[in-house]
Amino acid sequence: MEWEAVIGLEVHVSLSTNTKLFSGTASIFGAEPNTEANIFDLAMPGTLPVLNKEALRMAVKFGLAIDAEIGKRSVFDRKNYFYPDLPKGYQVTQLDFPTVGKGSLTISLEDGSERHIGVTRAHIEENAGKSLHEDFHGMSGIDLNRSGEPLLEIVSEPEIRNAKEAVAYLKKLHAIVRYLDISDAIMAQGSMRCDVNVSIRSKGSTELGTRTELKNINSFRFVEKAINSEIQRQQDVLEDGGTVIQETRRYDAERDTSSPMRSKEFANDYRYFPEPDLLPVEIDDTYIEAIRATLPELPDAKSARFVSEYGLSDYDAGVLTATREMAEYFETVARSSGDAKMAANWVTGDLQAALNKNNWDLAESPIQAERLARLIQRIKDDTISGKIGKTVFEAMLEDGSDVDQIIESRGLKQVTDSGAIESLVDEVITNHPEQVQQFRDGKEAVLGFLVGQAMKLSQGKANPGQVNQLLREKMQ
Amino acid sequence: MIEKTVAELSGSLSRGDISSVELTQAYLDRINQYNSTLNAFVTVCEESALTQAAQADTARADGLTSPLLGIPLAHKDIFCTSGIKTSCGSKMLHNFIAPYDATVVSRFNDAGAVMLGKTNMDEFAMGSSNETSYFGPVKNPWDTDRVPGGSSGGSAAAIAADLCAMATGTDTGGSIRQPAAFCGITGLKPSYGRISRWGMIAFASSLDQAGPICKSAEDAALMLNAMAGLDTKDSTCADVPVEDYTADLNNSLQGLRIGIPRQHFAEGLSPEVEQAVREALGVYEKLGAQLIDIDLPNNHLSVSAYYVVAPAEASANLSRFDGVRYGYRCDNPVDLEDMYKRSRSEGFGDEVKRRIMVGTYALSAGFYDAYYRKAQKIRRLIKQDFNAAFQQVDIIIGPTSPHTAFTLGAKTDPVAMYLEDIYTIAVNLAGLPGMSVPAGLADGLPVGMHLVASDFAESLLLNVAHQFQLNTDWHRLRATAFEEGH
Amino acid sequence: MAFDKTEVEKVAQLARLHISHTEKDEVTGRITDILALIDQMQSVDTDAVAPLAHPLDITQRLREDDVTESNRRDELQQLAPEVDEGLYLVPKVIE
Repeated sequence: MEWEAVIGLEVHVSLSTNTKLFSGTASIFGAEPNTEANIFDLAMPGTLPVLNKEALRMAVKFGLAIDAEIGKRSVFDRKNYFYPDLPKGYQVTQLDFPTVGKGSLTISLEDGSERHIGVTRAHIEENAGKSLHEDFHGMSGIDLNRSGEPLLEIVSEPEIRNAKEAVAYLKKLHAIVRYLDISDAIMAQGSMRCDVNVSIRSKGSTELGTRTELKNINSFRFVEKAINSEIQRQQDVLEDGGTVIQETRRYDAERDTSSPMRSKEFANDYRYFPEPDLLPVEIDDTYIEAIRATLPELPDAKSARFVSEYGLSDYDAGVLTATREMAEYFETVARSSGDAKMAANWVTGDLQAALNKNNWDLAESPIQAERLARLIQRIKDDTISGKIGKTVFEAMLEDGSDVDQIIESRGLKQVTDSGAIESLVDEVITNHPEQVQQFRDGKEAVLGFLVGQAMKLSQGKANPGQVNQLLREKMQ
Repeated sequence: MIEKTVAELSGSLSRGDISSVELTQAYLDRINQYNSTLNAFVTVCEESALTQAAQADTARADGLTSPLLGIPLAHKDIFCTSGIKTSCGSKMLHNFIAPYDATVVSRFNDAGAVMLGKTNMDEFAMGSSNETSYFGPVKNPWDTDRVPGGSSGGSAAAIAADLCAMATGTDTGGSIRQPAAFCGITGLKPSYGRISRWGMIAFASSLDQAGPICKSAEDAALMLNAMAGLDTKDSTCADVPVEDYTADLNNSLQGLRIGIPRQHFAEGLSPEVEQAVREALGVYEKLGAQLIDIDLPNNHLSVSAYYVVAPAEASANLSRFDGVRYGYRCDNPVDLEDMYKRSRSEGFGDEVKRRIMVGTYALSAGFYDAYYRKAQKIRRLIKQDFNAAFQQVDIIIGPTSPHTAFTLGAKTDPVAMYLEDIYTIAVNLAGLPGMSVPAGLADGLPVGMHLVASDFAESLLLNVAHQFQLNTDWHRLRATAFEEGH
Repeated sequence: MAFDKTEVEKVAQLARLHISHTEKDEVTGRITDILALIDQMQSVDTDAVAPLAHPLDITQRLREDDVTESNRRDELQQLAPEVDEGLYLVPKVIE
C-alpha cells in the first residue's frame, strides 16, 4: 500500500521582550539559576499578573506578517496541571480567543514550486521553568528563570505532507520572526521549539489516521529525521497489522528513534477556564494599523524584489533572503559595488563558504559588506582580475586592513602596462613555437592555452584581455 | 479610650490627649488580657507596633496630620506583611514569612497606622464561622460559646472586644459582612475593583475584595479613603476616581428610595432578626426615606452559582501550594506524586480540600458547561436583577444573616454552613458594594442590617449607614464582659 | 450526575490530593450534597444568557516592558523546603 503523511507543527517562539509576560522580572537567556525568578514568577501567594505591552505588540506584528485575522478581543485562560517547573499549577494561555487567528505562509519546495501552509492560530502564553535531572542527592533541581517568559505558540493546519515541507515551513517561520525582530528563534537555546503531530493514511484517503506527537526536537535537521523516522515507524506498525496509539513521544536524535513519553494512566484534563486575574484584552484598528506601519519588508516580498530589481535568479534571491541579516548584507554589497550579480555570486559563493567553513554567523564575518563591495569594485575597475580577487578575499579573512592596502602590499595589482605585457607575450611565443604554429594553421582553441601560459608567468596579475589581444596581434 | 472610634481617637491624638504609644500599649494590654479567650489574633507584633507608634508620635510632633496617623490596626492574616508570618489560617503557610507587603498593608503604613498584629480567619477564607482555621476557632465576644462568623472572624471579634481600633477583612461571599453582623460591628465590602488585591492571598479571584471592619460607618469611610484606588499591580483594580468618602456622610436621606427585597424576608429568616431589621427600617422612614418592595428573583440561585465559581477559581488558585518553593512539605516523600499529594493533603484542612475537589470537578472534562458555564450565566442573571432593582431604588436593605451567631460546632453540614451567606453572596457575584451595620439585638446577640448600593456608590452606602448610626446607638453597644474596665 | 467513589479518586488525582480509604465515603457523601445544592441552578433556562466571567466591565491594562524586579534569590529561597546550588529540589522528576 502507498502511504501518505499528514503533519502539523506547533512551534513555540520566545518573544524577545525585556521582561516576562506578566511580571517586571528581566528575561535574559543564560542567567544563574533562579536569579530571574521573583515573587510573581515563583507564584508567591497574593501576587497578580499584569500583561506586558510589548508581548502583545509582537504577537500582533506576527499576525499581520502572516496575513492573519487579529483578535480584537483576546482572552487569557488557565490551563491546569501540576509540574514542578510550573509554579502556579496552571499555565496562562489563550484557548478560545487567541490574539492571532487564521493566517498562512508560503514555502518553496526543491522543485521550485510553492505551497501555502495554513496557520490555524497563534496565541500568547507563559513558558515553564526547567527541571534539571542531574543528580542532586537523588532529587531533581528546578530553575524557574524561564518560567513566565512570553511565548507565541504558532499552530499550523495539518497540511504538511512530508519532512522536507515541515523543515521548509519551520525555516520560513524562523525567517519571519527574525525579520520581525520579535524572537531570536535559536533552536539550540530553546527560543524556538517545535512539536510535531504526525499521522499516516493510505494515499488518496480523506480520513485522518491516529496521530502521535513528537517532542524534544531542537534543530531543523532533527525535525526532518524525526518525522521520517516516525512515518517509518507508523508504517511498520500498520503493515505488521498493528494500530498506532495516540501518544506523545520523545525523539532521541542520537539513536534516531523515539519512545513514548507520558504515562497514560491518568489522562490529562487541563480544566481550562478564563483567567480571572486578567481581563479581556481589547485592541482597535488604530492600534493594529500603527503596528502594520512598522512591518519590515518580509522574505517573500524581498525575494521578489531582488529578482525584479537586481535581476537575480529565484534561487539566489531565495538564498539571499533566508535571513534578514543576509539580505541586508547583500543589498549593501550590491549598492556599494554597483554590481548586483557579482554581489550575489560573491555572497552566495565565497562568503557563504567561508562562513560555513569557520562556523561563523554573518555578524562574526571579518569581511563586512562594505569591504566586500570594495573588493568587487577593484575587480570591476581592473585593478585586479577576478581570479586574484579570490586571493584577495582569502587575505581579507586574515587581514583586517583596507582592501587596497592588501592588494598593494601583496603586489597583487593587475599588470596593464603594455610594455610589460609585450615582454610576457614574447616569452610565451618563444617558448611554445609548436602551439604558435598550430594557431597560425587555424586552430583557434590553442589561444586559450597560450593566454594561460602568459597569465601563469605573470602570477595571474596580467590583464587577460590585454594578453589575449597582444598574442593575436603578434601571431598574425 | 479603647472603645472609641477612629474618628474620635484621631481627634484625641491631634489634641494631644493621648499619644499613639500610649494608645498602642493600651490595645496591646487588651490583647494580652483577652486573646487567650478569644483567639482573635494569630500574631501580635508588640515590638514593631510600639516602634511604629513612636514614629507616628514623632511625625505628629513634626507637624504631620493624617486621620489614621498613629491609629492601631489589625490585618486579617490573608494580607501579606513583609517579614511577618502570613498564614492565611492554614497549616500550609504556618511558617510562611511573606517577602512583600500587600498594597492594602502599604497604604495603611503610608497613612501612618500602627499594625498590632494579624488576625485569625477561616483557612484560606473558606468558612462562615472561623472554625476552619488551623489555629483554632475564634470566639464571639458576645458569647464565647458562639462563633464570630467568618471568614474575617478574628478581625470582627478584635473590633467587638476593642482589641484594636480598626481592622481589615476580605469578603468573597460575605466574609466581612456576616462576622460584622454576628459581632455587632460595622463592616464594608466595597465594589469589586475598588481596592487592590495585590498581596491578598487569593481565594476566588473574581469575587474577593478587601474592606474595612470597624466601629462605625464614619470609620469605614476613613479607612476606605486610605485603602481605595488604582493599583497598577492588580489588573482587576478599577481606575475609578477615589472620592473623599467622608464628604457625603451627612447628606440628608429625605426622599431616599430604599428597596426591600422580598426574597430577603422570606422563609428561613429568624423572626427576631426580621423584627430588628424592620425596626431599623422604621428609623429610615423617620429620616424621610421611602421603603419600596422589590424583587431579586434569582437570589435563591446565588448560593448554587457561587459554589461553582468560587471553588473553581479556588481549585486553580490553590494549586501553587505544592511544597516546592515555600510552605508546607510533607516528611520523606517517596516520589514527586507522593510529595504533591501528602503535602497538600496534610497542609490543607477538610473544608479547603472539599472546595478544591468541587471546583476541580466543576471544571473537569464533560462538566464545564453544566457547571462552570451555567454558573456564569446565573451570575449574569443575578447582576441583571440588581441592575433592574437600582432602576427603581437607590439602595437595598435587608438582614445580613438569617439569624444571630450560632454555637461553636453546631453546623457540621457544609451545605447548611453555605446557606449562611444566602443574603450576602449575590452581592459578590454582582461585584457590588455591601455593608453590615448593627441594627439591634435578638436574644442578647447582635443583628446585622445589610445595605447594598450600585457599582462604586460607596459614598451613598456610607452616607445611609452613617445617618442610621447618628440616630441609633447599636454600633456603640459592647458585650458586658468586654466593656472597658470590666 | 452521580458522583461516586470512582469520581472522587479521579478528581483527587487531578487536584493532587490524597483521600484515604476511610475518608472516601464521607468525602463522596459531602460532595454529593454540595452538588445537589449546585444543581438547583439547572432548573433555570439560561440558553439565551451570555456568561459573565467577571463583575468588572473593563479591559486589560498593559504594563511597560521595563525591568522593575531585582534578584532576591537568596532571600526568597529561605522560604523553600529544600534548595541546593540555587535550585529548588524536588523528588526526581520522571517524564
